Amino acid sequence: MKHKVSTTVNGTRREHEVESRLLLVHYLRDVVGLTGTHIGCDTSQCGACTILVDGKAVKSCTMFAVQAEGKNLTTIEGMAKDGELHPLQQAFWDEHGLQCGYCTPGFIMAAAYLLEQNPNPTEDEIRRGLEGNLCRCTGYVNIVKSVQAAAKTMGGARAKPTGHQAVTAGGE
Amino acid sequence: MIPAAFEYARASSVEEASKLLKKYGEDAKVLAGGHSLIPLMRLRLAQPKALVDINGIKDLDHIKESGSKLHVGALARHVMIQNSAVVKQNLPILAEVAGEVGDNQVRNMGTIGGVMAHADAAGDYPTIALMLDAEIVTNQRTIAAKDFFKDIFTTPLAPDEIVIEVVFPVANGPHKYIKFRRRLFDWAIVGAAAQKMNGGWRIGLTNVGPTPVRATAVEKALHDGAKPEEAAQHASDGLNPSGDLRASPEYKKHLARVLTKRAIEQAE
Repeated sequence: MKHKVSTTVNGTRREHEVESRLLLVHYLRDVVGLTGTHIGCDTSQCGACTILVDGKAVKSCTMFAVQAEGKNLTTIEGMAKDGELHPLQQAFWDEHGLQCGYCTPGFIMAAAYLLEQNPNPTEDEIRRGLEGNLCRCTGYVNIVKSVQAAAKTMGGARAKPTGHQAVTAGGE
Repeated sequence: MIPAAFEYARASSVEEASKLLKKYGEDAKVLAGGHSLIPLMRLRLAQPKALVDINGIKDLDHIKESGSKLHVGALARHVMIQNSAVVKQNLPILAEVAGEVGDNQVRNMGTIGGVMAHADAAGDYPTIALMLDAEIVTNQRTIAAKDFFKDIFTTPLAPDEIVIEVVFPVANGPHKYIKFRRRLFDWAIVGAAAQKMNGGWRIGLTNVGPTPVRATAVEKALHDGAKPEEAAQHASDGLNPSGDLRASPEYKKHLARVLTKRAIEQAE
């Protein structure tokens, strides 16, 4: 049996009929067509699929699409605004916070939630705040630097996602 | 991985949820935070025929103190318990334990009611509930924690029974929970809890058997005047933990003794 699900994804209203067993991450990637949210582990550990659901960081592989009814979803595609990278995205670029980049969307969304909760985190708070995300390349040092740099750029401003639909949305 | 197909229904009240559960029968499951259930479904270790989503039920996430009891609603998320001023004031060990469950993303979703009903041997709240003689209130009755955790993943909950809240005694004396694990977000290999209450100690252990364990021999030794390191030697009395990938039975018993000693010594 299919269920209607209405969500707002990066500021755009979406309505689809989905099977109840469809995971939110598969909904975003395969139904909405936003492939920036990655699937890493399939066991709720790696955090690559992290998105914001009503502003809270959530692993979208551990939620069914039907549970997102009426929710406001923000994915990595919703971070840049008018072709300009979000400070977190820019900081990951500048500080070499990624190598292969597979885990990066999840890290950026988890970091956005972290900075929303705590605009000026210490290194320890950053490491604890990102404990739900795994990176196999960087050893985390540059990821921590990136979040510190972003916090500085944002001047303690809250890391509000823009809700804007980036031009690359739709997947490549 | 894709879970097996299931019917999905949203409940807007406890009565409606109970009715739906009755309708679908034994193969239905309650969906709260979903952070134990959905991974099991993806691995197809669980294949419920129907899920009853209780997340839309209002007023099931209350956290309040009344009459020297702390009432925590079933849908209270770990993050709410972790940050709650009421919990920090009335039962700080519970706030600390909540902050040790999973990671930020997990804590944003996972619920205390779900942890209780799931009854994983490695769950952290069950240890605190058992050691403090908490009560699990359902839509049908009140069950003492000591009667609730029957076996691994096994509780006395009937198919149409739903956890409403967990009621803890207020305890704000010295306390410590030590969760021993290899990575921050992991389950406990072994956990030990110590809480000073009414002039005595309560000692609980996580993941040293199919259910949480109250280390009464340690409590008694402390009551009789033993030093923490002497009393903690009794932490493994009667334990028969099964080994797993991370720890042998002998190592778990060793951890039970060492962590109990540390929890008592570090309690503040």
